[in-house]
Amino acid sequence: MGGKLLPAALGAGSPHLSQVATSAAHGEDSPYFAGWKAYDENPYDAVTNPDGVIQMGLAENQVSFELIEGYLREHPEAAGWGGGAGSFRDNALFLDCHGLKSFRKAMASFMEKIRDGKARFDPDRIVLTAGATAANELLTFILANPGDALLIPTPYYPGFDRDLTWRTGVNIVPVHCDSANGFEVTVAALQEAYDEAAAAGMRVCGVLITNPSNPLGTTVKRTVLEDILDFVVCKNIHLISDEIYSGSVFAAPDLVSVAELVESRARHGGDDVANRVHIVYSLSKDLGLPGFRVGLVYSYNDAVVTTARRMSSFTLVSSQTQKTLAAMLSDEAFADAYIRTNREHLRARHDHIVAGLARAGVSCLRGNAGLFVWMDMRRLLGDGDGDATVAGELRLWDKMLHDVKLNISPGSSCHCSEPGWFRVCFANMSSATLDLALARISRFTDGWNCCS
Amino acid sequence: MVSQVVADEKPPQQLLSKKAGCNSHGQDSSYFMGWQEYEKNPFDPVSNPSGIIQMGLAENQLSFDMVEAWLEKNPDALGLRREDGASVFRELALFQDYHGLPAFKNALARFMSEQRGYKVAFDPSNIVLTAGATSANEALMFCLADHGDAFLIPTPYYPGFDRDLKWRTGAEIVPVHCTSANGFRVTRAALDDAYRRAQKRRLRVKGVLITNPSNPLGTTAPRADLEMIVEFVAARGIHLVSDEIYSGTAFGEPGFVSVLEVMAERGAAAADVSDRVHVVYSLSKDLGLPGFRVGAIYSSNAAVVSAATKMSSFGLISSQTQYLLAAMLGDKDFTRSYVAENKRRIKERHDQLVDGLREIGISCLESNAGLFCWVDMSHLMRSRSFAGEMELWKKVVFEVGLNISPGSSCHCREPGWFRVCFANMSAKTLDVAMQRLRSFVESTTNGAAALRRAAVPARSISCPIAIKWALRLTPSSGDRKAER
Repeated sequence: MGGKLLPAALGAGSPHLSQVATSAAHGEDSPYFAGWKAYDENPYDAVTNPDGVIQMGLAENQVSFELIEGYLREHPEAAGWGGGAGSFRDNALFLDCHGLKSFRKAMASFMEKIRDGKARFDPDRIVLTAGATAANELLTFILANPGDALLIPTPYYPGFDRDLTWRTGVNIVPVHCDSANGFEVTVAALQEAYDEAAAAGMRVCGVLITNPSNPLGTTVKRTVLEDILDFVVCKNIHLISDEIYSGSVFAAPDLVSVAELVESRARHGGDDVANRVHIVYSLSKDLGLPGFRVGLVYSYNDAVVTTARRMSSFTLVSSQTQKTLAAMLSDEAFADAYIRTNREHLRARHDHIVAGLARAGVSCLRGNAGLFVWMDMRRLLGDGDGDATVAGELRLWDKMLHDVKLNISPGSSCHCSEPGWFRVCFANMSSATLDLALARISRFTDGWNCCS
Repeated sequence: MVSQVVADEKPPQQLLSKKAGCNSHGQDSSYFMGWQEYEKNPFDPVSNPSGIIQMGLAENQLSFDMVEAWLEKNPDALGLRREDGASVFRELALFQDYHGLPAFKNALARFMSEQRGYKVAFDPSNIVLTAGATSANEALMFCLADHGDAFLIPTPYYPGFDRDLKWRTGAEIVPVHCTSANGFRVTRAALDDAYRRAQKRRLRVKGVLITNPSNPLGTTAPRADLEMIVEFVAARGIHLVSDEIYSGTAFGEPGFVSVLEVMAERGAAAADVSDRVHVVYSLSKDLGLPGFRVGAIYSSNAAVVSAATKMSSFGLISSQTQYLLAAMLGDKDFTRSYVAENKRRIKERHDQLVDGLREIGISCLESNAGLFCWVDMSHLMRSRSFAGEMELWKKVVFEVGLNISPGSSCHCREPGWFRVCFANMSAKTLDVAMQRLRSFVESTTNGAAALRRAAVPARSISCPIAIKWALRLTPSSGDRKAER
């Protein structure tokens, strides 16, 4: 469970610092980050370090840059302030928690296109933040008091342990999902988590889902979403839907966003739903622009929008960046072409890795979204049933990192209750590098098959 | 056990956190109300000449032309290209390392050193980049104070601190009372008194936070005061945060002295406190780029740097912006000429305001920095009280049409003081503001009397300032320099 603080005496800092500063709740001592360190020390490079570690633990989208670069080349005015005297001045001075109106409109429109027009987004309900990391923390500060619980289906993005609990003092209570039903959330699992929180004396403030899921690489089924919505209504709690991968759905079934369900329930007279639903979005994954720090909170609850806007003072998006991206995303032709092409690139890359892994005798959860696959390595855990443990998984992970030289993310770092699953990213490298990674896995599993 | 029955009965819109519902964000204060009034009816010389003039916004709008000229000469920085024409777009697009762009941190370190006359060296690895000083100040609070711990802050102080330092951190602010008796300087007695008051409230004091140059006073802290404050935090074993975001606006004697300079002079004796002194900086005021969200924490405490760096994940600076500013701040010719000319313009506008006010019998705290003056309008109040101050403030906003900030919003102990900004408007607009104020002053008994006194030559006319206003009995825009 996240949020537990180490005693200050064990902290790295002087006794003069706060508990927050000296706690380990920043989460950077986990294997998820240890893998990054190993990569940093020995990074693969086709020319200078061909035996180095290939980074497959970073969920970045590098397959669609040429579209954005092309746009910026053809529209240099987007990056500058050629638009008349004073426009630089106005932009440099623009310090408004509301954010540039043109940019919010562009984001709303982009979010609608991603959902194929199945939901509408009001630009005035968008609160801009410096990335989804900030948006998730902000919502947690607004919806939960210290000591409250957020229910989150496992496996989940390891960064949540820090983002949602470190400074907020809120606890994550996992909603256990497993391969028996493709890791889908069930009402029973939600209820079990709810009861666990209550038994520990924690008030549950809400459920947080990631749709499409990280690390599963799947969209959430409509029926499951309906169940989750019914659950939060029944318990009178909130629902946060982190949809930062919504533009990365490349195969059926189509994305069903909670926004769609809010609208359909409103049409059928249900007014008990909208006020409790909040969406997080970002351009880090879909547009491959994590460096530009663009995230947002979208809420159907007026009080949340107002409060979020004020709180966003701590995490505003650079007006320079808002201006550049407003120009680009308001260009309808560009936005349509980008979404379509990005999906194609991701599908091709996904299919390639799945096929390559299959040839190596490794299967994956059937995925249709995201920048990664959820790989099933259970049969490679030790000598049989006895090693289906987290320890076994970490031993396998260590082998993958140091022998096979691939940094992949162990399921345990995502709080998966079933050992043996790994998240493997495929969109943050060239095709050639991906082939090399597949060859290395193939050699490893061949060796395994020989000896088992 | 939480009562589920009670919880289930409330609709979700009431199920927000205590933080969401409380008023620590301070946005119901007069500071923000004045902004709201301005937004409803903003002055424009052409389209709305009778609108409210914004004098409550500490922005630097005097030197954009210099930045624009630099941008025109350096299109690669905007176009995300290196000098050799190669694109760095992909690298920047992916760059989300919370250690920050090395080129930018190096340039920022050099720029900060330049502002302190190169008397202090900044190690780039001790810099933590944040989305503005707002974020830097909050992050420092999270690092240094537990929920319920207190920081001592000299009054009057920037109204935004109430939100920035307390809202999400749960920290408390205990004011260190300063008065006009000694020009609002911080004294040891005031610090000790604040510390005692904190103890009486059973609050654990974790540090002192000063703003130097001061907002809203517009003064640089005297070296002796800084030494005294460092002594105080050393003796108490607590932290010192020095918010130096106005360091580039110090235009007059005795000049800006950074607390880090005082630390450097302390030499070996500084070792006892060097890991408890932290500086906050930003480009919002000095470079007039608040929209770009560029702030920084500087600390030689490795644990603070480490924790604050991780926390900066919640408020990183756009890599696009870091790249642009790395080039700009790395251009020493530009920064040298910008800083000098920027200060000259600030001084000129400052003098215009001070002279204009003096001519109508209103005095200011003598100041040498900042984008505002600390103005004494107590003689214009109907009663010498905060109620009187509020009444006067409302008249000035609604009748005179000037949005100025009342001292009470800055937690000033003495009623009648107002912060008046001068660097966010043209010289002509400042003239209009002075004319409006003159009419108002003439309409009040005390004001008119003070105005008449101001028009009489002073006994000692050896002071050049006296000669200046004696020769100019009415404001004249003719002999003002061209507006900037």
